[in-house]
This record gives sequence, structure tokens and C-alpha cells, in this order.
Amino acid sequence: MTEHTFTASARATDAPATGGDDASLFTPAPGAAPMWRMVASQAGMELRVMLRHGEQFLLTMVIPVLLLVGFSLTSVLDVGEGARVDALTPGVLALAVMSTSFTGLAIGTGFERRYGVLKRLGATPLSRFGLLAAKTLAVLGVQAIQAVVLCAVALALGWSPSLTAGGVLAAAALVLLATAAFSSLALLMAGTLRAEATLAGANLVYVLMLGLGGVLFPTSSFPAPLEQAASVLPVTALSSGLRAALAGGAPPGPGAFAVLAVWALVGGLLASRLFRWE
Amino acid sequence: MDTAAVEVVDLVKRYGATTAVTGLTFSARRGAVTALLGPNGAGKTSTIEVCEGFRRADGGRVRVLGLDPVADAAALKPRVGVMPQSGGVPTGARAAEWLRLMASFHARPIEPRLLMERLGLTSVAATPFRRLSGGQQQRLSLACAVVGRPELVFLDEPTAGLDPQARMATWDLVAALRAAGVAVILTTHYMEEAERLADHVVVIDRGALAAEGTPAELTGGRREVCFSTSAAVDTARLEAALPEGSRVGSQDTADGRREYTVTTDDPDALGPEFLATVTAWCASAGVLAEDLRVRRRTLEDVFLELTGRELREQ
Repeated sequence: MTEHTFTASARATDAPATGGDDASLFTPAPGAAPMWRMVASQAGMELRVMLRHGEQFLLTMVIPVLLLVGFSLTSVLDVGEGARVDALTPGVLALAVMSTSFTGLAIGTGFERRYGVLKRLGATPLSRFGLLAAKTLAVLGVQAIQAVVLCAVALALGWSPSLTAGGVLAAAALVLLATAAFSSLALLMAGTLRAEATLAGANLVYVLMLGLGGVLFPTSSFPAPLEQAASVLPVTALSSGLRAALAGGAPPGPGAFAVLAVWALVGGLLASRLFRWE
Repeated sequence: MDTAAVEVVDLVKRYGATTAVTGLTFSARRGAVTALLGPNGAGKTSTIEVCEGFRRADGGRVRVLGLDPVADAAALKPRVGVMPQSGGVPTGARAAEWLRLMASFHARPIEPRLLMERLGLTSVAATPFRRLSGGQQQRLSLACAVVGRPELVFLDEPTAGLDPQARMATWDLVAALRAAGVAVILTTHYMEEAERLADHVVVIDRGALAAEGTPAELTGGRREVCFSTSAAVDTARLEAALPEGSRVGSQDTADGRREYTVTTDDPDALGPEFLATVTAWCASAGVLAEDLRVRRRTLEDVFLELTGRELREQ
């Protein structure tokens, strides 16, 4: 801070200006807020905007809940062995994670870029790192709400997961790793394509992943080549990993972690290289 | 402390093959209002966006509060407020909530409620940005630019599309900023705005400096005599009757008459006698000079002289 800033701030009070004449209201007293406060406010704003957005709420809450309830109570879909809700819940949780950290984040960020929001935020003391941290916190916040709602619905439907400490830990690690992978892919898309293309693309990916990603039924029912192709998709890795972790049997193998880590790494590298702020 | 708020020397900004700014030089004082005036496409926004650190200069030197807008961006951001031409707010964010967010980025912000009141936004505090009128969006954006108590603000066309009341509120706010010692750089193509607000006017045309000075310096305190008539006026003979250096221009008016403008190179020459000479000549030529008046030249006159009257294709 320069000497000028210091003298200016010495004249002003530390509390926000309250009333008084104009001169004191606008007297320069510049200074950045602490980083944690900026990130917390921005994360709160992102979270509220995400939860308020009608179409996003449909993708992140309504559709996963409907899929879980609908396919648990009817037998139109062959979901594999065991109780229907036990087979469905891990996959629907994986879909919920993807809907927020990929579809929602991509569409939201794409339009923020289009409307000059990212550019405008770039002129505030909030750093790019701070903005990414805030977006991450908001995504994790929505995912926490999704997890609570979906688990409550699943338990009400008779879900009986066999939880072990190791299994829960593995599930949490998978979700975090998948969030990193999906978010970096979302930012790659939002930061390089036009907002309309991002909107269309992100929704298309959501639908394709819903069908091909082992969300509603294990990919073991696919023909072998398709099963192999699907196994490298991040949503397949997450849903199969969660299935293993929450079924209480053998912990998920290193494969799921490796797939997600590679996507996170590649997506992160590309996004940091190619992302354009306006 | 004595450095300029903004110092631009030989600024060049290119976009591919087109050069938007071609060697612009000007400076803006602290605690003063500087208006960048120019036709659309003159390079005003490019210039301001280089100063804001959004774009890199392709040539020349730019200093903002004595610092480099790109290299020293982190140090400058808390000290500089920015109002973009449009947008900059998520469509789903509510007006007051967004202003509070902007305030939270600063150490000693202005209480957002006071700014909302001052700019007439209290009634739309809970309205999402996309449902605000264009004028309300502009005013919210202005509030966001000043809420952090900056030393310097950049306002890119702050009153474009505002109704007269909203424009007045914006002008009041700019005057209050200036009184508080904030440096204001604004772009506009409203002459009245530059004339009323600016301590210093920088006229930009085709990416280069066309003229600069106080509004009074630019208009040169010059006067002109204007009248209109439906009679034929032999402008050459009128000129001949006047002191040397006088010129008579004319243009058609909407109601089918012609308006004549008599100017002279020597500002002191246009006194009572000059006016008498004009009317005496009219009397001798049998011309009834209607709407006769002595008018101070406005910034608009100067601006049109500098940038031409023809419509540009951008």
C-alpha cells in the first residue's frame, strides 16, 4: 500500500460509512477485504444463484430424486441384482455430483463469461484463485445438500447400505476427485465455447452420461466393447466406485481413482491453458 | 502523491488488422473529472480498458496511480473502481445482494443501503438483475464501481440510455466523488455531460487525440452570431462588410429556411459593434434576421468541427 492509501484510510473509520455528508461518504479509503471474507461472500453468492436457478434445480435435484423414486418403485428397468434401491442409489448420487460440478457449473460459468461477469469480477480485489475457490465451495455446498436429500429419500425407500469407515472414506474421496475432474472439464467447456454451445453441450453430455455411464444400471449389462469404452468415463468410474464403496463388499479398486485422477489432471491442465475470461 | 491519476503516452491498441488506438497521449489529474469524448468507434473504450488492465497495450506507456495496470494489477484493484458499459452482473443476482457482495471485497466500503437510496434503487433491492430496467442496471453498476471507496473510478458511458432524472442522479454522484477528492475518468458522447462535469476534456477521434483542455479552453470563449431567414442572403457580400477574418456559414433548417452563422477568428472582435454591423447589413439588404442571437460556441460545435459532421460507417 502506498503512503497515499495509508493517509486516506487513517482519516476514515474502520466501520462502513454511515450517513454524514457526501464528502465523507466518498472520501477515498481503499483497501481489500481479507481473502477468506471475499471467498466466503462470493461462495455464498454462487450458492444462492445456483439454488435459485430453475433449470439447474431441475437437473441437480428434481431429476435425480425422480429417477431414484421412479425406478425404485417400478420394475421397468433391469437395475441388476439385489434390492432395487440399493442398486440405484450410488449411481444416482454419481449423477447428482455430475449435474452440479459439470452441467451446472459449465452452464453457469458460460453465461457469466458471456454477460461480462467474469471480466467485472476480474476488476475487483477478488483474485482468480479466490473466484475458483468460491466456485468450488459453492459446488461442494450444493453437492452436500444433494447428498442429504438423496440419501434421505433412498433410506425412506428402504436403502440399506452396508457402511464401513473405509467405505465412507473411499466414497468421499471419490466424490472429491470426481468433483475436481468434472469442474475442470466444465470450466474447459465454459471458457472456450460460446454460452449457447456450452448450454447445449453440457445438457447433451448429461443425457449421454445418464444412459451410458452406468448411472441407472451397471455397465456390465453392455456388450463388451461398449463396457470397456464406458469404463473410462468419469461418471462410470464414480458410479461403479460408489457402488463398491457403499455396498460394503470389497473396497473400490484403484481403477476408479486412476480414471478420475487422469480426467482431473488433463481437464485441469487444458482449462488453465485455454480458459478465456471474456 | 503528485503523480497523475492516469498517464497515457503514445498508446497503441490493435485488434488483428485494425488499429483502435493509434498513439494516444493524455493525462488525468487526481481529484478531477476527465471526460474522454469521441464518436462511436473512436477508441474510448479500448483506451479505458487498457487503463483498467483488461487489455494489454500494443505500444506506448500507461500508468494508473503511478503503477502499471497489468503488472501491478493486484495493488491497483482495491484502489480503482470500474463501471463497464453494460452487464457485469449475473442475471439471477438481486440488486442489493450484488452490491453487498462488491462491498464485502473491500476493507472500508460505503454502506450499500446508503448508495442504493442515493441512486434510487431501494425499491428494487430484491429484484434480480435481469428484471431491472436498463437505467436501473446502469445505476447499480455505478454503485458497484464506487462502493469500495476508490481513489479513481473509470465510468464507461455512465449515462447512456438513462432518463433525465437518472442522469441527474448520476451527475450528482460524479460531482460528489470529485468533491471528495476521487479522480473520475468517464467516456461519453453527450456533450452536455462533458461540459457540465468535466474539469478536463480529451477529444479522441480515429484512435488519436483530436484536442484537449477544459471545456472553456476548447470552446475558446468564442461567440457567434446566428439568425435565420427565408430571404436570399449573399454571404460573400455580408462577409465583405464585416471585419477581416469573419466567415458566414449556412445550413437549411427543417422549416425550409436557412440558418446563418457568422463567426470571426478574433474572439475580441465579436462585440456590440460587430453585431451592429451584421444587422445594418441585413437592413441594407432587406433581410429580416429572425431568431437573431449571439451565442457562445458549445463543446458540440467544437466537437463537430474536430470530428466532422458526416455519419461514419464505423
